[in-house]
Amino acid sequence: MARSVATVVGYALREGLRRRVFLAVLLLSLAFLALYAVGAHFAFRDASGFAGSEGSEPILDPKAFTGATIFGLAMFTSLFLGSVLAVFLTLGIVRGDAESGLLQPLVVRPIGRTTLLLSRFLAAACLAAAYVLVIYAAAAAITWQAGHWAPDHLLGPGLALALAVAIVAALSLLASTFLSVTAQGIVVFMVYGAGLTAGLLAQIGHAIRSDTLHSIGHTASWALPFEGLYAASLHALISNTSGLTGVVLQLGPFGGSEAAGPGLILWAFVYAAIVLALAAAAFGRRDL
Amino acid sequence: MAAVLAARALRKSYRGKEALVGVDLEVGAGELLGLLGPNGAGKSTLTKIACGLVRPSGGSVEVLGKPAGSAPARAAIGYLAELFRFPGWCSADELLQLHQRLCGSRGGAGERAELLELVELGHAAGNRVETMSKGMQQRLGIAQALVGSPRLLLLDEPTSALDPVGRRIVRGLLEELRRREVAVLLNSHLLSEVELVCDRVAIIDQGRLVREGRPADLERSRGVEVETANGVRLFEGAGHGEAPEIVARLVAEGERIHRVEVLNSTLEDVYLEAVRGRTG
Repeated sequence: MARSVATVVGYALREGLRRRVFLAVLLLSLAFLALYAVGAHFAFRDASGFAGSEGSEPILDPKAFTGATIFGLAMFTSLFLGSVLAVFLTLGIVRGDAESGLLQPLVVRPIGRTTLLLSRFLAAACLAAAYVLVIYAAAAAITWQAGHWAPDHLLGPGLALALAVAIVAALSLLASTFLSVTAQGIVVFMVYGAGLTAGLLAQIGHAIRSDTLHSIGHTASWALPFEGLYAASLHALISNTSGLTGVVLQLGPFGGSEAAGPGLILWAFVYAAIVLALAAAAFGRRDL
Repeated sequence: MAAVLAARALRKSYRGKEALVGVDLEVGAGELLGLLGPNGAGKSTLTKIACGLVRPSGGSVEVLGKPAGSAPARAAIGYLAELFRFPGWCSADELLQLHQRLCGSRGGAGERAELLELVELGHAAGNRVETMSKGMQQRLGIAQALVGSPRLLLLDEPTSALDPVGRRIVRGLLEELRRREVAVLLNSHLLSEVELVCDRVAIIDQGRLVREGRPADLERSRGVEVETANGVRLFEGAGHGEAPEIVARLVAEGERIHRVEVLNSTLEDVYLEAVRGRTG
């Protein structure tokens, strides 16, 4: 069993890494980091202007405000790029590969459909999560280099983003058991967009003290926990930042008003397990 | 002969449409069974049920006594689908290595080299699949199906993309498999090929097994043709046993005999009669 899993994971990793599009992803990621470095440099340089009039006590901490805002943007981009990669790595894994004849030679081997599916998920989730962690770490290093600002918590938000893209990979895998390649991509990105919209609704609800908006966003975040993890990781960036700076950052587009808590983390794992179980059940019943 | 593959009262329906209707079929060790039938007759469905890709609606299929689709049954089979594709980034050797690992074969590099030689792809071990011609990929597919020395080989149109030389290579390979006691179920539209290599033939039409037997047994006499000095005469309905009597009678009548031929129906005649000329 372990040998079969290792074989399929290795196969899937090689497949992902040897496709030309992966090279494109790497080059575009480098371009993003370069752009981010330039942006961070000028943002820190020019940030003091809105911190308060010269000679008076600053209203906001310019370093914390600038650092948290641009690093929040980097996290949004990391999650987006990681999700694109997760969807790409799981694109057409079941229905698409079955229709093209790639799947049948593998399925008739003694490995078993569930093991095959979970191994493909493992490869996609690990690669996408590793990618997100690398981009996240690089963005953190660039932010430190540009403005000597570091988030209040460094490791937790990165791991939460990695878990978020693993959930996107699981959802994409489930979609691949029912949908054609194009439909799968469209549906997963619509779900992804719905999740982020729900998160912003919760954020707006928190800012204007609308309980209804807040609970809609909150419920949607639990229904699509990758968004909840993202929001919680934004919160963790500034959870120890006090005063007006902390409040303003929490209300901003790259702020998070709620901590993850053990419940959300546990739910994220249970959610991923449920989604994968549904995918395995659907794949197991499918005629190829 | 113990059955390596045994289908009993096999049924399959897709959304109410019957693809297989109570098919009984067996393939013994070292036996080469040719499965014939029009497009959509149920041949591929039967093959897919045998290798666990499709679930039957009724009846059973066993491979070496184990339910088709179970892990022990899948460990005993090799399969080449009619429509298949291998990842283009993979080399021939890497592909076989992947399948060795998936089926737990301990053959190593020796087995891979032997299989590639068998399908005359020894020179292309390092070639990526995307650089191979369709015929080469089909031969690689056959090599892939043979990884792990399966006891049952299920081949769905294995020569459809092959040129005459490629087909000859596959025929030689099938003869070799017979010597190795491997049971083979061969789906093919190429009647001449089936006639050349198969021990038995089964014809399926509209999901039903309509004819089964050795090619020689299925064929029947169409008559005896005699060429005399006065022309060619056909004695319809006569067979091999009647030929000496016919010749003796003609000689007694003063005819000079130049040629005598017992005419048998071809597999094509048998097939067309069995499927009543229907095409899928």
